[in-house]
Amino acid sequence: MRFVDEFREPELISKTAEEIRRLAGTERHYRLMEVCGGHTHAIYRFGLKDILPANIELIHGPGCPVCVLPMGRIDDGLSIAQQPDVIFAAFGDMMRVPGTQGSPLEHKARGMDVRIVYSPSDALKLARLNPDKHVMFFAIGFETTAPSTALTMMRGRAEGIRNFSVFCNHVTIIPAIRAILDSPDMRLDAFIGPGHVSTVIGCRPYEWIAQNERKPIVVSGFEPLDMLQSIVMLLRQLKAGEAKVENQYKRVVPWEGNRAALRAIAEVFQLRPYFEWRGLGFISQSALRINDKYAEWDAEQRFEVPGIRVTDPKAAQCGEVLKGVLKPHQCKLFGRECTPEHPIGALMVSSEGSCAAYHSYEHRKAAMVTSLSSIA
Amino acid sequence: MPAESASLRFRDPQIEMAHGAGGKASRKLVEGLFAPLLFGAAPGPLGDSAHVDINGTKVAITTDSFVVKPLSFPGGSIGELAVNGTVNDLAVSGARAEALVVTYVLEAGLPTTVLEAEVRAMAKAARDAGVRIAAGDTKVVEHGKADQMYVTTTGIGRLLHGVTIDPRSVRVGDRILLSGPIGDHGITILLARGELDLEADLRSDTRSVLPLVEALVRAAGPGVRWMRDPTRGGAATSLNELARDCGLGMVLFEDQIPVRDMVRGACELLGLDPLHIANEGQFLAVVSPEYVDAAINALSLAPGGSEAQVIGEVREQPAGTVLVTTLYGGSRIVDMLVGDPLPRIC
Repeated sequence: MRFVDEFREPELISKTAEEIRRLAGTERHYRLMEVCGGHTHAIYRFGLKDILPANIELIHGPGCPVCVLPMGRIDDGLSIAQQPDVIFAAFGDMMRVPGTQGSPLEHKARGMDVRIVYSPSDALKLARLNPDKHVMFFAIGFETTAPSTALTMMRGRAEGIRNFSVFCNHVTIIPAIRAILDSPDMRLDAFIGPGHVSTVIGCRPYEWIAQNERKPIVVSGFEPLDMLQSIVMLLRQLKAGEAKVENQYKRVVPWEGNRAALRAIAEVFQLRPYFEWRGLGFISQSALRINDKYAEWDAEQRFEVPGIRVTDPKAAQCGEVLKGVLKPHQCKLFGRECTPEHPIGALMVSSEGSCAAYHSYEHRKAAMVTSLSSIA
Repeated sequence: MPAESASLRFRDPQIEMAHGAGGKASRKLVEGLFAPLLFGAAPGPLGDSAHVDINGTKVAITTDSFVVKPLSFPGGSIGELAVNGTVNDLAVSGARAEALVVTYVLEAGLPTTVLEAEVRAMAKAARDAGVRIAAGDTKVVEHGKADQMYVTTTGIGRLLHGVTIDPRSVRVGDRILLSGPIGDHGITILLARGELDLEADLRSDTRSVLPLVEALVRAAGPGVRWMRDPTRGGAATSLNELARDCGLGMVLFEDQIPVRDMVRGACELLGLDPLHIANEGQFLAVVSPEYVDAAINALSLAPGGSEAQVIGEVREQPAGTVLVTTLYGGSRIVDMLVGDPLPRIC
């Protein structure tokens, strides 16, 4: 299959892995953060850890939009959907994320009208098909998905569709990276930069990471060869004592980003003064709200929401895992109280959440190694 | 201890869609509620059919309900599925379907033309599979209380000679066979629902696998340890159940698993794993190493078996687990499906 098989070519992968081993040597340890949840998923899915040398440590970053959403926002969204004649529409990722009174899927089983949509425009279609109902789209995602939410709202406004609104949870990636870098317990050598976010924002917004923080960053694709090549590029920079922004994912990411998409974001959204992130706390100017021109389509303005902050269950260490301070299996609840069937934190829900990825693909492998070594 | 007084292991407060999706939640419901209350304490590994002794003759019996939406889709329809599904459940438990009993639950307002088309489809599928439809029942529920029509088929079958299906007979070194490409049915249904705005020239693989099973048993019967048709929950779920039942590791070679490009493409786009996608006309078999060549030869020569493949082998480790290995040396655990497969966003 084109655009897939050539990036999973065994011989090239072996050669690239060999190059990584040569560059990494054995003298020092490298801590590389993959910012994006899609990369976390790919690392586990393709078993990349099996082919990387032990002194290259991959730290999972905060780039999973479902994971960083605090529980109070889910409660707020569901409280709107509890009002009569409201349809709650969201992406599949959101469906199993727990709120205080259960996930959207559990609410659906109790009778709430919850629909899975594959794009915001499908939610608008639902509104056209159900003129006697109100369709609320629960929007999540970084700059990757924000443009399609914006375009949908622009279309809704142009068509004068009044039974449609958006509950906006869009967040922006740069402040999250800044929060990680400001965190005192984080010692990182370099970043594997987000791929799909960069298709929209381009590579320029990362320049401060290289210039001010002196950390190399390589914007990377999601196939095994993409990620391995990005690691080669990072190691070369580190060996040469350089810190640059490089673009490995040129086939998709233009250096300047997607201007049309950025214009759509600017048309509909404005920055919130601050927004709460799970694990990272309140980060200023880190999220988008709907601007006044589109107030009529803003669910937060149209409906009363409780807006109550909900703290995560005490024992859950989602925050530490999100910041990369703990590995998923080091959380006290991992695999015991918190599993993909009964998730306590959102990191166990989304396929891009590091806990879910680790649980599905890796943790019994780790157990296997432990049991083998305890025999020997 | 009488089951009624024992505390049940199934603790979920309500039934969710996931309990019917064929993955982990379904298994918990069966093992934690149905089995202890209906079958007594330890039912042993749950197969695709039960064997019942009637006057010294063993027969296989099984049942399955079909609630597919939409009713018809490229390559098949609910009527065909209802016949083939039960014929296949019997086939992979080592039995040839002899007779089916059919129950229809119909929603008031269902056009007769739709019902007639499905009954005709059932009659044809039964003729093709060589099984008699012997009895039936019909119930009609109010409009809005069902989704057009549901069909339940119950089948009894005669045991095939020369083969015993038992997950506990699986040994280290056995090979895992797959009868053909996976994922066609599940992806066809997903696309036929029209919610994705994706189109592909893809058809459901619904068919009777009995001819292939018979060819396999004739050529390699004594070496066949286990078979399963990986319907809901996909090949990953079937193999996880086997791994758990026999306590061994199922190691798959990713490059050997047959998947059509269109199915792969859809899975890549939607973030799904073909190993989790439902099939209706394929089966998995575990065959001892000395019979594996005979098994593959027999399958490839049988009609519809040309794409059969050895996709992996049974190893001691990782015990109770399915591991997929890649040509470049990476590996990943493939768990049972949790809930319905939900497409990802980005």
